[in-house]
Amino acid sequence: MSNRWGLMKFIGRRLFLGVLTLFIVSIFIFAATQALPSDAAQSVLGRNANPERVAVLREKLGLDKPLLNQYFHWLWGLVRGDPGRSMSNDVPILDFISARVVSSLFLLTLASAISIPLSLLIGAVQARRRDKTFDQISSFSMLALASIPEFVIGVILVITFATVQWKLLPAVAQFGTDRAWQHLDQMVLPTATLVLGAVPYISRVTRAALIEVLDSDYVEMARLKGAPERTVLWRHALPNSLGPVFQVIALNIAYFAGGVIVVEYLFNYPGIGGALKDAVGIRNIPVIQFLVMILATVYVLVNLIADVATILVTPRLRTRVS
Amino acid sequence: MSPSAAATTKSTAASTINAVTIKDLRIVVDSSGEDIVDEVNLAIAPGEVLGLVGESGSGKTTVGLSVLGHARRGVRLAGGSVHIGDSSMLELDDKQLRAARGHLVSYVPQDPSTSLNPALRIETQLMEVMEFHGFGESNEARRERAVEVMGEVLLPGTRQFMRRYPHQLSGGQQQRVGLAMAFACRPSVIVLDEPTTGLDVSTQAHVLTTIRQLTSVHKVAALYVTHDLAVVANLADRVAVMYAGRIVEQGPTRTIFDDPQHPYTRYLTAAAPDISGDHTIVGLRGRAPSPGKRPVGCAFALRCELAIAECHEVFPAVTEVAVGHTVRCYRAGDVPDRTLAKGVQFGSSSTEGIALALRNVCCSYTGLQVVHDIDFEVHQGECVALVGESGSGKTTLSRSIGGLHRDWTGDIILNGSPMERSSRDRPTAQRLSIQYVFQNPYSSLHPRRSVGESVARPLRVAGVGKHEAQRTVGEMLEKVSLNASYAQLYPDQLSGGERQRVAIARSLVSRPSVLICDEVTSALDVLVQAAVIELLLQLQRDLGLAMLFVTHNLPLVRSLAQNVVVMADGKIVEFGPTDHVLAHPTEEYTKRLLADTPSITQALTSGTLASKPRRAISPE
Repeated sequence: MSNRWGLMKFIGRRLFLGVLTLFIVSIFIFAATQALPSDAAQSVLGRNANPERVAVLREKLGLDKPLLNQYFHWLWGLVRGDPGRSMSNDVPILDFISARVVSSLFLLTLASAISIPLSLLIGAVQARRRDKTFDQISSFSMLALASIPEFVIGVILVITFATVQWKLLPAVAQFGTDRAWQHLDQMVLPTATLVLGAVPYISRVTRAALIEVLDSDYVEMARLKGAPERTVLWRHALPNSLGPVFQVIALNIAYFAGGVIVVEYLFNYPGIGGALKDAVGIRNIPVIQFLVMILATVYVLVNLIADVATILVTPRLRTRVS
Repeated sequence: MSPSAAATTKSTAASTINAVTIKDLRIVVDSSGEDIVDEVNLAIAPGEVLGLVGESGSGKTTVGLSVLGHARRGVRLAGGSVHIGDSSMLELDDKQLRAARGHLVSYVPQDPSTSLNPALRIETQLMEVMEFHGFGESNEARRERAVEVMGEVLLPGTRQFMRRYPHQLSGGQQQRVGLAMAFACRPSVIVLDEPTTGLDVSTQAHVLTTIRQLTSVHKVAALYVTHDLAVVANLADRVAVMYAGRIVEQGPTRTIFDDPQHPYTRYLTAAAPDISGDHTIVGLRGRAPSPGKRPVGCAFALRCELAIAECHEVFPAVTEVAVGHTVRCYRAGDVPDRTLAKGVQFGSSSTEGIALALRNVCCSYTGLQVVHDIDFEVHQGECVALVGESGSGKTTLSRSIGGLHRDWTGDIILNGSPMERSSRDRPTAQRLSIQYVFQNPYSSLHPRRSVGESVARPLRVAGVGKHEAQRTVGEMLEKVSLNASYAQLYPDQLSGGERQRVAIARSLVSRPSVLICDEVTSALDVLVQAAVIELLLQLQRDLGLAMLFVTHNLPLVRSLAQNVVVMADGKIVEFGPTDHVLAHPTEEYTKRLLADTPSITQALTSGTLASKPRRAISPE
C-alpha cells in the first residue's frame, strides 16, 4: 500500500528529526552542566576543598581533557547505553536509576490511563450539554483546579486522606526495592495529584474542539440526514475533534514526565523526579545529564506519537503524506 | 399568499395535493423573542420547483431549514405550521423528526466543501442515510441504490470512487455527492440552499440540469433558496421573493420577471446582470433591516421611492393581482408604470493612451508556470474585464500586475515605464498609481483602523500631511456615496457594501491611473453589487481611470467593460470588444462558457432549462 509506505516515510523523517533534536539537546545539557565556566569538580567538593582532591576528581570526571573530547566521550557512552557512573557513590548510573525509571514510567502510565479517558468524557459531556448546569459547574471547578499548583493539591490530598482528616491511605511511598505495582495503595495519592493537575487542561481542549465540530456544517448536515445523536457524536463529531486533543494529551504526558519532580518529592516517591532532585542537590552531574536526556526523549517520542495519531485520524493529512 | 391561492396556482394539474404546505410560519430569536421570519405562507406541488429569493439576512435559509423542522442555534420555530403529506413537521418529536429528515424531506447545503464530513469516505456518508431510515432490504440493496443514485447525479459509482474522501473530489463532485445523499431515499420534498453558489458556471449548469431532471422525474417538490435570479429564471416554476423575513411577492417565474408588482422585486430584477440583452444594471442604496429590527409597516418603505404614509404604519395584506400571483404592497398597481432611473452607461471604447500594457507575461506558482504569454493593453478611461473560471490564472495574473505576486517574467508597463516584479521594489509614485481592490471587503480592511485612517493610508505613504489627508479623505468618502462622518467608524460597524465602498475610496484616494478590481462584488448581494458597479463606472468615467475588472461573472461583464479578455488554463483564449465577444464568440471555450451561463432573458423567451437542448443525462 502506497498509503502505508508514505506514513512510514513520514515517521522515518520525524524519527530522524527527533534524533537530531536530542542531539542538540545533548549539547545544551552538556554546556549547562559539565562545560560551565565554573569548575564542576570544585563546585561538587565545595569552595574549601582540598586542591588535591579536586584534582583527583577532575581527572576522574575527565575534566582535564579538552571539552570536545569530554562531550563526545559522554555522547558515545549514551549511545552505547552507558551513561557513566554516579559521582556520589561510584556505581554505574543504570544500576540504581533503572528501577526508578520504571517506577516513574508506571506512575506516568497510571496517571495517563486515568486522566485521558476521564478528561475526554468530561469534555464530551460538557460540549454536548453546552451552557447547561453540568457544563457550567464543571467548567468552573476545572478552572479552579487548574489554578491550584500541584504541590498544593498534593498537600490537600495528604491532609484529607492520609493524615488529619481520614487516615485511609499512606502519605508517602515507601516500597524500597519492591516494584511500584506491588504497593498500589501507595500509588493512589501521587496518581490522583497528577490526574487532578492534567484533567482540567485536556477536558477544556476536548470541550472546545468538540464544540467547534458540533457547530460545523457537516454535523448539521448529519442531523438533517436523520442521524441519531449517538452517531452524530461518535461517527461525525469525535473523529474530527481528536487532532487538537491528541496534541494536548502529548503535552500533558510530556509534562507528567517532567512535572513528576514536585509530586515525587512530595510523596517521597522513588522515581526519576526524586533522583533528579537528589542529583541536583549534590551536583551529581552524570546523573543529571542522563535524567534530563531521558526526559527529553520522552518529550520527543510522545510528540511524535501524537503527530502520527493526528495524521491517522485526518484523511486529508493521511493522503497528503502518501 | 393564502393556502387556497397556492392551491389554485397549480390549477393546471388538477390532481395536485401539495407536497409541502407552510402556513403562517413565524421564527424568532430565542433570547429576545424578536421575529426573523413572519407570516410566511408557501405551498409546493410534487415535481414543482419553487425559488425562494432574497438578500442575505432576509430569512430565506431559515425558512428552508424549517421545512426539515430544524432551527439553528439561538433561533426558535415559534408559530405556524409546516406540513409534508400528513406530517406536521413542527409538532414531531425528536425521533419522528429523525425519521423524516433525509427520508421524507432532504436538504442540499450551500457549501459542499464544509458540509461533507472530512473524516468519512463518501461511501459511508451516502450509505448511512439509507441505513438510518432502513431504506432497502439489505446492505446489498442499499449498495445497489447507492450506485444507482451516483449515476443519477452523473458520478461514477465505482468502488474506487466511492472510497474517496471529500477532499479528493472537486467542488462540483462534492455538490453532486450532496445531491446523491439528498435523493438516495427518494424523498418527496427537497430543500436546496444555494447549492451552486461556489461553483463555476459550467459545473453550475451541470448541477442545475441534474436537479431539474431529478425533481421532475421523481416528482419531488423542491424549495430552491437563492439570491441568484438567473438561476431561478432557469430552474423554478414559481418564485417567492422575501424581504426582511416576510414574503412580499409570489407568482409564476415568468410573471415575476416580466411583470413584477412589488417595488423590491422590480429593483431585484433590475439589479441582476444578464448575459443577453443590452441591459444596464441599476443599484439601490441603503440596506435591508437586520433580523428582528424590522420597522413598523412595510420593511422596504425606507428604501422605496413609491412609499406613502400608510407604508410606514401597517404592513399591507396579501393582494392577488392575478391567478397565483400575489403581492404585499399598497402601490402594487403603480409599480410597472414607473421606469427606474437609468443606469450608468459606459462610454465607447477609448483610443486614448495606453495606461497598462502586458507583454509576454508568464507567472509561476511554486516553480510551476501557470500563466503563459499574456499580451494585452488597457487604455486610459477604459475598462477591460478579465474573465475566467477558477484555476484559469486570472487572479495570479492580476496579483502579478499589482506587484503582490512576484514570480513572473515578461514586461508589465505602466504609463510607458516597465515595472519591477514586486511592489516593494517599485517607486512610491508607481505604487500609488496602480491600485488594487480585493474580493472580500470583510478581510481587506484593517479591523482596528478607523475608516478615515484606512483611506488616508495611501496619502500618508505619499507624504501628504495629516490635515490635508483628512480633508481629502472626506471628499473621497463623499465620492463613493458615503459621507465624511464615516471616517470615524470602524469596519465592523459597516455593511458589506459600505466596506467595499471604503476599500474603493482607499484605492482611489491616491489618484491612481490604473485600478485592478479582483472579483470585488462576489461577496455582495445583487442589489449591493449593482450599486457598487454603478459607483465604479461613475468614478471610472469621472476620473478617466483605466480599470482591469477580474471576474468569473460573465453577465456582469456585459454591463461593465468595453473589452473582455477570456482566460482558460493560464492562456488568453479570446480578446475583443465585449459586445462582439459575447454575441459572436469564436473560440469553443468562450462558446461553452456562454452556453453554461444562466440567462434570465433566454430562460424567459425559450422556457426553462428542461425544455432546452441540454447535455445527455444518463438514464436511470
